[in-house]
Parts: sequence; structure tokens; C-alpha cells
Amino acid sequence: MSPDATVPAGLAGVAHEPGVAKPDPILVVDGLRRAFGGVRAVDVDHLEIPRGLITGLIGPNGAGKTTLFNLLTGFDRPDEGEWTFDGRSAAGVPAYRVARDGMVRTFQLTKALSRMTVLENLMLGASQQRGEHILRALLPWGWRTQEAEVRDRAEGLLARFKLDHMRDQFAGTLSGGQRKLLEMARALMVEPSLVMLDEPMAGVNPALTQSLLGHVKDLRDVEGRSVVFVEHDMDVVFDISDWVVCLAEGRVIAEGPPASIGANPAVIDAYLGATHDHSALREERRRRQAARGDA
Amino acid sequence: MIETLFFDALRSAIGPTAASYALLAVGLNLHFGYTGLLNFGQVGYMLVGAYGLSITVAVFGGPLWLGLIVGMLAAVVLSIILGAPTLRLRADYLAITTIAASEILRFLVRNTGSDDLTGSVFGLRQFAGEFYDWSPFAPGEYLGPLGFNANRMWVTLVGWGLVAALSAMVWTLMRSPWGRVLRSIREDEDAARSLGKNVFLYKMQSLIIGGVIGAIGGMVFVLALQNVTPDMFLPQVTFFAFAIMILGGTSTVLGPTAGAVLFWFLLTGLQSGIRGVVDAGVIPGITGGQVVGAVSLIAVGLLLMLLMVFRPQGILGDREELRLDVS
Repeated sequence: MSPDATVPAGLAGVAHEPGVAKPDPILVVDGLRRAFGGVRAVDVDHLEIPRGLITGLIGPNGAGKTTLFNLLTGFDRPDEGEWTFDGRSAAGVPAYRVARDGMVRTFQLTKALSRMTVLENLMLGASQQRGEHILRALLPWGWRTQEAEVRDRAEGLLARFKLDHMRDQFAGTLSGGQRKLLEMARALMVEPSLVMLDEPMAGVNPALTQSLLGHVKDLRDVEGRSVVFVEHDMDVVFDISDWVVCLAEGRVIAEGPPASIGANPAVIDAYLGATHDHSALREERRRRQAARGDA
Repeated sequence: MIETLFFDALRSAIGPTAASYALLAVGLNLHFGYTGLLNFGQVGYMLVGAYGLSITVAVFGGPLWLGLIVGMLAAVVLSIILGAPTLRLRADYLAITTIAASEILRFLVRNTGSDDLTGSVFGLRQFAGEFYDWSPFAPGEYLGPLGFNANRMWVTLVGWGLVAALSAMVWTLMRSPWGRVLRSIREDEDAARSLGKNVFLYKMQSLIIGGVIGAIGGMVFVLALQNVTPDMFLPQVTFFAFAIMILGGTSTVLGPTAGAVLFWFLLTGLQSGIRGVVDAGVIPGITGGQVVGAVSLIAVGLLLMLLMVFRPQGILGDREELRLDVS
């Protein structure tokens, strides 16, 4: 797959501009704002996330990517704004319900449940467990069958993510990369329709990155799930994304297929200019800032 | 002298007070060991259980069973009052709220204004009659050198029976998917939330169940003494319960029991030993009973510190699990 492959069928004819409408969005955001003190962390007028595809969310540090994740998944409350998930309004829905409805997130700093085994971490993820009800929990014969099913499913996922040899170890003993795998596998136990991955490759060695990339592609190709992921590594973003959304200072400044994003001047200015230590770009930026200051 | 000391210690270690403290620690273990809730007011649950029972029976002349239900319901109500505002917040808020609430409760029952209901500083008595009417033990001396009378045998049996039954309940719960959710909340409640678990609901259930177990501990405690006074419920009781839980092994099912037996064995044994030494006049300048209590508490404190240095996971705890706690 070369990065400049054609736009996926679902997005053919969609304009490459911020806030553009898409044929079959799974998530639609409108007028979403969140300020921390005087800083507008998120200020999104309109954003649509396509269904069944991988959307890469990029932007320099502090662009509001994680805050946007937190808002959409119910972990933070916006100052204002509306959004719908799968056609239903999801604003103001508590985080645990968002997850039950099928939008499941992972965290930038992985949250392995350290003093529980790898298998327990996964089994926790399953939804609608009868034994999670306090009264039924006291009567094991009421949930044993389901527990066995959950265990089978968890073991299947562990095998797929090559963690099966660790199944009975405490999750706290896993390496950073293994924790990323664990968290992704655990999210899949919920059977989500939209998976939100916050920097799934951060701090992972190159060999494991390849396998993680394969898993993310499988989410789309094999299981037909929608994926949104935050990532800083441009090679990764261009490799697996069907569509890329670029945030800067809380706003969506560019959207398009990966190939169009790399050439977008707004992105280069906001993102590449800010992170790449390129003296010519820095010089250019300084000149522009000076010019703005004069005006 | 060694023999007296040993029997004194054993009498206390298997007695009803140790059983009440074991119950307090079983409840606390559910809160802290399994759910990660920092409850610094377990003695408040003990208090509402004890007063719920004794007021119902001694003041209103209700039957014992009603008193037991009132005591447990009081713990449920206390959990809801404490938990509703604080369980959505960070762990430290619950800690502050619970320790304050337990002291507020003690001052409330101590107040002369509540004299008619609680007997203020003098407390209440004559609520345990019906309980001892049910005793199957004929009057007499039991357990040889320990010299338990019939009433003490009965309340000891009931106390440890409750410890066994409620520990079995905790064991069943913690092996269930419900227990798995609880432990996941202890590890990282945001992770639990991200997987669709209603964290607040589970925390509240944990607070209620652990609180009711604490209230049952309070009822056993006052049934054994056959009277209740406000100053039985000082904040230090909560910290004894914490010490017992940690001594036995946090987040283990039998830890609270092992901890309670050992704690009371050590405390009473040291008291008895130090009293013997003081009475013999071996240590110049130290006389009188007051000193004995203080010195033995200091000694128990030292022993607990040594335990934390050499066996930080407690008697029954898992060292590996503890090591991961810091990461």
C-alpha cells in the first residue's frame, strides 16, 4: 500500500477541507468547545468521522487531540457542543454508557490493571456479564456458563495479540509495548463499533509497531470496525489512515486523505513547522510572526 | 508468669472483641483492599450498628431481630450519605469525610441533648438479654484455663461464626465477575469506566456491604460488653482495624481474621507482660496501670513497624502483588 493510494470508495468525491460532510459518518460533532482557563483546548465547529474506516487524528502537542477524545468518550464535559454517535446524541452521556454504546477508547498512558492477571484484564472487558450484578454474583451457577464463554473469547484475543504466554501473569509485569497490545485487546472485548486509540504506538519498539499496525488494520479489514487514532509518527499515519484530520490550537485546520495532508500548507505551518527542527521553516515562521506583530 | 501471660493473650485473641475487630477489618478490606476506597471512619459504622441495636431494644423495647435490622439499615443509610457526594471524587475526599463523620456521630450520641435516646456519656445497657436467652451454653466454666463463662462462650461463638460466614461471602463475591470489577476500580477506575463499568454504582455497593459488615462488628462488640458508651468509638478503633487488616494481609480473604487474632494476642500479651514487670518493680520510676496501656501500645506499634519492614505484605499477603503497587 503506497501512501498515495486512491481515496477509499466510501470517501470518493469528498472535498479535502475542514469540517466536510461524509456519506456515512459514525460520529458527527457540532460546535464542540472546551476551555481550560483562557486556553481554548477544543474548538471544533463541525467534524464527521467516517464509518468502517481508519481516521488519523494529528496535530502538534497541545492541539487538543486528547481533550477531544476525553470529551467524545464522556471523560470530560464540554463547555458547549453537540455530537451524535451512530445517529444518537451522545452529549452528556457518562463514560461507562458511551463504552456500552460501542465507542471504546484507550489511553495515551496505558492503564493496565497492574495487580490483575492479563487474562482478568481481558475478561473484565466483556459487556453484559450476569455475574457483575451483586446479587447474582453470590450464586456462581448463574454465571459460570457465561464466564466460560468470556474466558474463551479472552483467550482467543490473547492468542491473536500474542499475549497468551503471559495470560496468568500480573499485567503490571508487562513491558510498555505489551501493555499497548493488552489495552487494545481489552477494548475489543467490549465489541465496540468505534475504537478510539490515543497514541497506540507511543513508546513501542519498531518491531512491535509493525504488529500493532497490523492489528489496527485488522480492526477495519477483518472486523469492520471504525477507528480513530492519535499518532505523532507521520509514517504510521500515512501508512494506515484512510482519512486524516489535523487539529491545531483546538481547531480542525485540515482534512483529507493522507497524500493531500502532507502537502497541505496549513498542516506544514502548524504541525511540521512546529515540531520539525528545520531551520528554513523556523526562519519562515519567525518572519511571519514578526510580520503579524507589526500589523 | 509466662503461663499467665500466654493465657491472657489467648483469651483475648479468641474472644469476642477480637471477633468484632475481625469483622471491622473484613468490611474495611472490602473497601480498601479490594475497591481502593480509603475509609478512615470504619468506627462510625461500628457506632451506628451498636446504637441502632441498643436504642431499638433498650429505649423502644423492640425485639432483638428488629434491633439487628435497624443497625444494619443505619449502616446502609450512612453509606449513602457519605458516598453520594464523595464517591465521584478522588479517594482522599472519602477519607476526610469518613473520619469527620465518625467523630460527628460520636459527639452526637455523646451530647446531653440526645440523653433520652442514647443516654449520652453514660450510654445504654439492658439490650442484650434476649441475645443471651438464646444461648445453648449451660452456666459454668468453659475452655479450661481460659475460664470463659457461658455468656462469653455464646457471644464468642456467634462472633467468630459471623466472621466465618461473612469471610465466605467476601470470598464468593471476590471470585465473581462483580469482584473483578471491584478490583479493576482499585487498580484504575478510568480503565474500568472505559470498559463500560458503572464505577460509582460499584463503589457504592462496596461501601454499603463493607459498612454493614462493620456495623455487625459493632453489634457483636456491644453485645459482648452488654453496654454501649460513646467513647468506645474513638477514631483509634478505625486505625486498629487498619493495622489488623495490614497485619493479616490486605486484599486477602483470611487476612482480617489472622490479623485480629494476632493483634489482640500481641496487645494483651504485652499488656500482661508489662504489667507483670511493672508490678514486680523491676523498672524504676514506672508504676501504675495507666503506663501499662500506653507502653504496650508503643510496643505493638514497634512490632507493626518491624512487620512492615520485614513482611510488608502482611501474614497472608502476596509479595509480588505488593511490589506492583508502587509501579
